[in-house]
Amino acid sequence: MTGGESEFSEIFVRVLLLRDYNTRLVVLSTALLGIAGGVVGSFLLLRKRALMGDAIAHATFPGVVAAFMLLVLLGGDGRFLPWLLLGALAGGALGCVAVVWIRTATRIKDDAAMGIVLSVFFGGGVALFGMAQRMPGTSAAGLKSFLYGNTAAMVWGDFLLLAVSAVVVLVIALFFFKELRLLCFDEAFARAQGWPVRFLDGILLALAAGITVVGLQAVGIILIIAMLIIPAASARQWTHRFGWMLILAAALGGASGWVGSTVSALLPKAPAGAVIVLTAAAIFLVSLLAGSDRGLARRGWRARKLAQRVERQHLLRAAFELLEEQNADPRTTLVRWSDLARRRSWTAHRLRRAATRAYNDALVNKPEADGFQLSDRGWREATRVTRNHRLWELYLIERADIAPSHVDRDADTIEHVLGPDLVRELERVMARQGGGGGAPLPPSPHPLS
Amino acid sequence: MKQLEPQSGRWANDATHGAEVPLSVHDLTVAYERKPVIWDIDLDFPADAIVGIIGPNGAGKSTLIKACLDLVPRASGEILVYGRPYARQRQRVGYVPQRESVDWDFPVSVLDVVAMGTYGRLGWLRPVNRRSRALALEALERVGMADFASRQISQLSGGQQQRTFLARALAQDADIYLMDEPFAAVDAATERAVVEVLRELRKRGRTCLVVHHDLATVAEYFDWLVMLNMRVVAAGPTADVFTNENLRKTYGGRLTLLSEAAAALRRGGPA
Repeated sequence: MTGGESEFSEIFVRVLLLRDYNTRLVVLSTALLGIAGGVVGSFLLLRKRALMGDAIAHATFPGVVAAFMLLVLLGGDGRFLPWLLLGALAGGALGCVAVVWIRTATRIKDDAAMGIVLSVFFGGGVALFGMAQRMPGTSAAGLKSFLYGNTAAMVWGDFLLLAVSAVVVLVIALFFFKELRLLCFDEAFARAQGWPVRFLDGILLALAAGITVVGLQAVGIILIIAMLIIPAASARQWTHRFGWMLILAAALGGASGWVGSTVSALLPKAPAGAVIVLTAAAIFLVSLLAGSDRGLARRGWRARKLAQRVERQHLLRAAFELLEEQNADPRTTLVRWSDLARRRSWTAHRLRRAATRAYNDALVNKPEADGFQLSDRGWREATRVTRNHRLWELYLIERADIAPSHVDRDADTIEHVLGPDLVRELERVMARQGGGGGAPLPPSPHPLS
Repeated sequence: MKQLEPQSGRWANDATHGAEVPLSVHDLTVAYERKPVIWDIDLDFPADAIVGIIGPNGAGKSTLIKACLDLVPRASGEILVYGRPYARQRQRVGYVPQRESVDWDFPVSVLDVVAMGTYGRLGWLRPVNRRSRALALEALERVGMADFASRQISQLSGGQQQRTFLARALAQDADIYLMDEPFAAVDAATERAVVEVLRELRKRGRTCLVVHHDLATVAEYFDWLVMLNMRVVAAGPTADVFTNENLRKTYGGRLTLLSEAAAALRRGGPA
């Protein structure tokens, strides 16, 4: 038992420190692939062409098989990687052309065109593969590794090819940064300015095809799309700056490749491609939940805060209007639950909860069985909120031609975003119009229900 | 079907199509799927003027602008900018698209978007430099948006989005501006800002073509008017062509008596 443990920790250290030749190749390759894929994928994602990567990837399969068959027919062994990848590139390019042709020549839309090309090309590839397997004197079985990737078979030459390609793709993407960003944001404006939009789209697709082809060995046809989309989508959760999104997507893609292939080397029978995609997915999940710009947690928190603020202001205004109606002294009069419930049609539970929150904010005194009393601070705040609200209502009536009976609902939501500057401006407007702006609180412009 | 009105802006004689005409459209017909959207448009737009293009929905107002910019294929026709084909004069024409035409959730800042107006002058592969950013900031100041430069564009209101697009065109420093509904559903502050920019451009000798839909403000905003309903119903100085008769021809039964009356009132009395 202890022997096994120490053996495992030894493997662990060896993998982590990249001591094994093959592990080193695989980890560095997939990390590079992730970096380049993240950058190109960001452009694809923002161009809303994310699925194009998938169509290209599937279209590479018939290319690979056809290249293999051609080489065998010419008398070779067929398993010469650069030649196969060249075939993949040709297949991918053909797939691209097919999608673009369907889109422009027919009235079939983007998504359908990609679906057609993806399935037809892949189906063609599978059919060709069946034929290749029956070819005498060679074994086509190895081609299957392009479907899911096969990192174990990687050699130094493969790594070199992948590294050079990834760097070339990155350099091109950064060279055309400005043009591609313009293309992704506003194609019509780009065309009006005279940019060759088709050529730019071609560059983008060529970059995607490049990533796909060099990633076939490591991740495979089926999963390579993940390297393009997932890191970019994760990065988008953390930033709303284009440049930062590219950098982050590269970092997250690189990390997915590195961590994924490391884990795959540690676990027996865990194919690298799958583990890399799952790692990227885990990062995506975390980004989705915790992302600083649009993460679900942050958004949920903000929505909750806003709801609480609105609720508090509703409570205070209801209390103020009740006291105003009764002409009562706010310091001694109890605001009754029953009256409030009538006014706001809230459930008793929600009313209590709102009052408790207000108590925590020291806006009301400790809630009692029948109701609560506003604190001094609460009375001031209630006065301010009600005044804000009425000014806004008056403004809507005076300036926006909205029938008074429709005002309350609009005001109820907009009131809470009124800033102090706008309130002062409204007061000035009201004062000019003799609407009682000089008084501490203008009367409500429509009868209080 | 009288198309050739004296004030329609048509020129009988080609010699007048000189280099001093900012934008002239000849024989323009655009068809989508064999159905013509606009046909036989012949227009010479005047220099340093604010030109309104009005007409009912589906009249082809946006299509006219897009055809001028080569954004939709033309079935026939020719666009000349200062007497030369548009394709070689693109830098002299600025475009303000409808703001719904892009995804405002895109991860760029307001300044990034406005700086796109300078890309044409920057040319291939040159990154956005300090001068571009300075020009962009100046354009933002002109539309009253300098404080929003570093905002992400998804945080803008509709009017601010419109002003951002206007600033982007200003940053290009073109001679002719084609604007697609810059007044559509904007707040009062934006409307004022856009009008101010238009007048300032006119003072500097620029020509602005503005697709417009609010008849009540036509007489106030535009020196020159194109009334379009698939063909040019009338074109010329607003004072001459903005008449009840032309309005009826342009809008047919769709113009209600009420808006007609409002338009007449704005013009200072019934025509």
